[in-house]
Amino acid sequence: MKNRAFVIETDQLTKRFGNFTAVDHISFRVAEGEIFGFLGANGAGKTTAMRMLCGLSIPSSGQATVAGYDIYKESEQIKRHIGYMSQKFSLYGNLKVWENIRLFGGIYGLPAKRLADKTEELLHTLGLEKERETLVDALPLGWKQKLAFSVAIIHEPKIVFLDEPTGGVDPVTRRQFWELIYEAAARQITVFVTTHYMDEAEYCDRVSIMVDGRIDALDSPAALKQNYGVTTMNEVFQALARKATREE
Amino acid sequence: MKQFISFIQKEFYHIFRDGRTLFILLAMPIVLLILFGYAITTEIKMAPVTILDYSRDAVTRSIADRLMASEYFELYRYSENQDDVQALFRQGKAKLAIVFPPHFADDRDSRVQILADATDPNEATQLASYAAAIIQAELWEEQRIEMTTLADGGRVTPVTHLLYNPQMKGAYNFVPGVMGLILILICALMTSVGIVREKEMGTMEVLLVSPLKPLSIIVAKAIPYLLVSMVNVATILMLSYFLLEVPIVGSLTLLIGISILYALVALSLGLFISTVTQTQQAAMLISALVLMLPVILLSGMVFPVENMPRLLQWFSHIVPAKWYIIAVKDVMIKGVPLSGVLKEVGILLFMAFFILVLSVKRFKTRLE
Repeated sequence: MKNRAFVIETDQLTKRFGNFTAVDHISFRVAEGEIFGFLGANGAGKTTAMRMLCGLSIPSSGQATVAGYDIYKESEQIKRHIGYMSQKFSLYGNLKVWENIRLFGGIYGLPAKRLADKTEELLHTLGLEKERETLVDALPLGWKQKLAFSVAIIHEPKIVFLDEPTGGVDPVTRRQFWELIYEAAARQITVFVTTHYMDEAEYCDRVSIMVDGRIDALDSPAALKQNYGVTTMNEVFQALARKATREE
Repeated sequence: MKQFISFIQKEFYHIFRDGRTLFILLAMPIVLLILFGYAITTEIKMAPVTILDYSRDAVTRSIADRLMASEYFELYRYSENQDDVQALFRQGKAKLAIVFPPHFADDRDSRVQILADATDPNEATQLASYAAAIIQAELWEEQRIEMTTLADGGRVTPVTHLLYNPQMKGAYNFVPGVMGLILILICALMTSVGIVREKEMGTMEVLLVSPLKPLSIIVAKAIPYLLVSMVNVATILMLSYFLLEVPIVGSLTLLIGISILYALVALSLGLFISTVTQTQQAAMLISALVLMLPVILLSGMVFPVENMPRLLQWFSHIVPAKWYIIAVKDVMIKGVPLSGVLKEVGILLFMAFFILVLSVKRFKTRLE
């Protein structure tokens, strides 16, 4: 990993709301093409940290660059080079499948020709050719999530932020979703993912675990398990989360 | 620009896909006009009248005929005596009674008595004054009241001439009122609900993370509702022109221009509401309570502002609908040019600008 470029770098990044420090001096780096798991109990500060990186929230102090752009001064540039998908799967339910694709392609300024090609390619890869005219609301949740992910990277961003992308589906469907993540990572799209599911944590290249606004552990799942002398990520997570003093 | 257009397109899909909402949007002005035009009318039509005529001569008969020929009154029946009149009032069979004394035609100073059922005071006043006006008109034609000069020592009889709305049609008042109500409803309620829905669904976050500027998101949200509300204005104007026979005396362009300005005020209000609410229900409730009630109660649409306590009169100044309704009445019914409604237009412009700046600011800071 030493030879690869870093697409996210933070240094002592902090966010305070009044007296409450939601994110407490976090420093980490994410390499290009890496699948980076961002774990933490509810209220540990994951979402706040992610919102700062996406340009939705201005930090109280600290430095960070995303895709090479400064999060204070160049948030407009950052927005062009990232994709985002939230736990609410981020599509419009009363638009058809192809309309959603075209809408987000349009928002990210894809040229018409490329958007048309991309739409076909995407429908083909997802096996959704027959559902082209279906309203997104009518799709099963697992399909919606896959479609939402594909739409989030339709403009080939440098980084895609996934905020608990697979909430509410079974492990088999989650596994299928992760196939898409691997494909994206193979195309050098960095994946920054928050999750509650420890099976997903195992799929990541590296995992950070936030406790009370700080990053208490950051390493590959294998190294973490070894350090804590346990066999599953769940046990690692339990060991760390138990230290939390903050109420949810 | 392209991203902006694909975004507006999406807003139209939202509206057209939701058949029920679309129906409500388009049918509401029609329903409201019909309600106000035919059901909630303050106009008097065919009020039952009884006549107690002790004179029974040519003059009293012609007065009675003239009263009944008007569309305001309808003869229930003649009464025999005072007790009979009282009984009819008590049974609710008559709203008005006209009593002619004996020898009415022969006596130069004879008086007519008009009795009205004042359990509804407004209606009673209106009925009595209509009846008085009709009787007076008939007597004047019969040369019984002479327009003599003061120098002759004769009586002065005021002659009332109703300007702009000689038939006293309620439609002249409520058509501008309904326009004020519809535009607020469509623009403010629909915009606020539309924006808050995206917050609830989580799609707003996705839009904010995208390269779309917050201002374009707002403008793209507003444009479809602005168009729908203009369709509503067209519907209302056509219905009122062809069905309710309210003339459009002034400039149609000016009328539409003022309506667009008012719609902008309403859109900014909707935007403001969306920045202070988190759920669609809350947005709807606030829109209904904070916007609709003042429009109905304080804009002068139903109750004259002049009759309200001072405090409410002051409060009515900040109700945009009040200024819009004044301007629409002036332009539509009196044919006043732009120079005559500058004050109202100025106030609406100021309101639109002020609320818009305030809410765009709030919309942006909410992202922090």
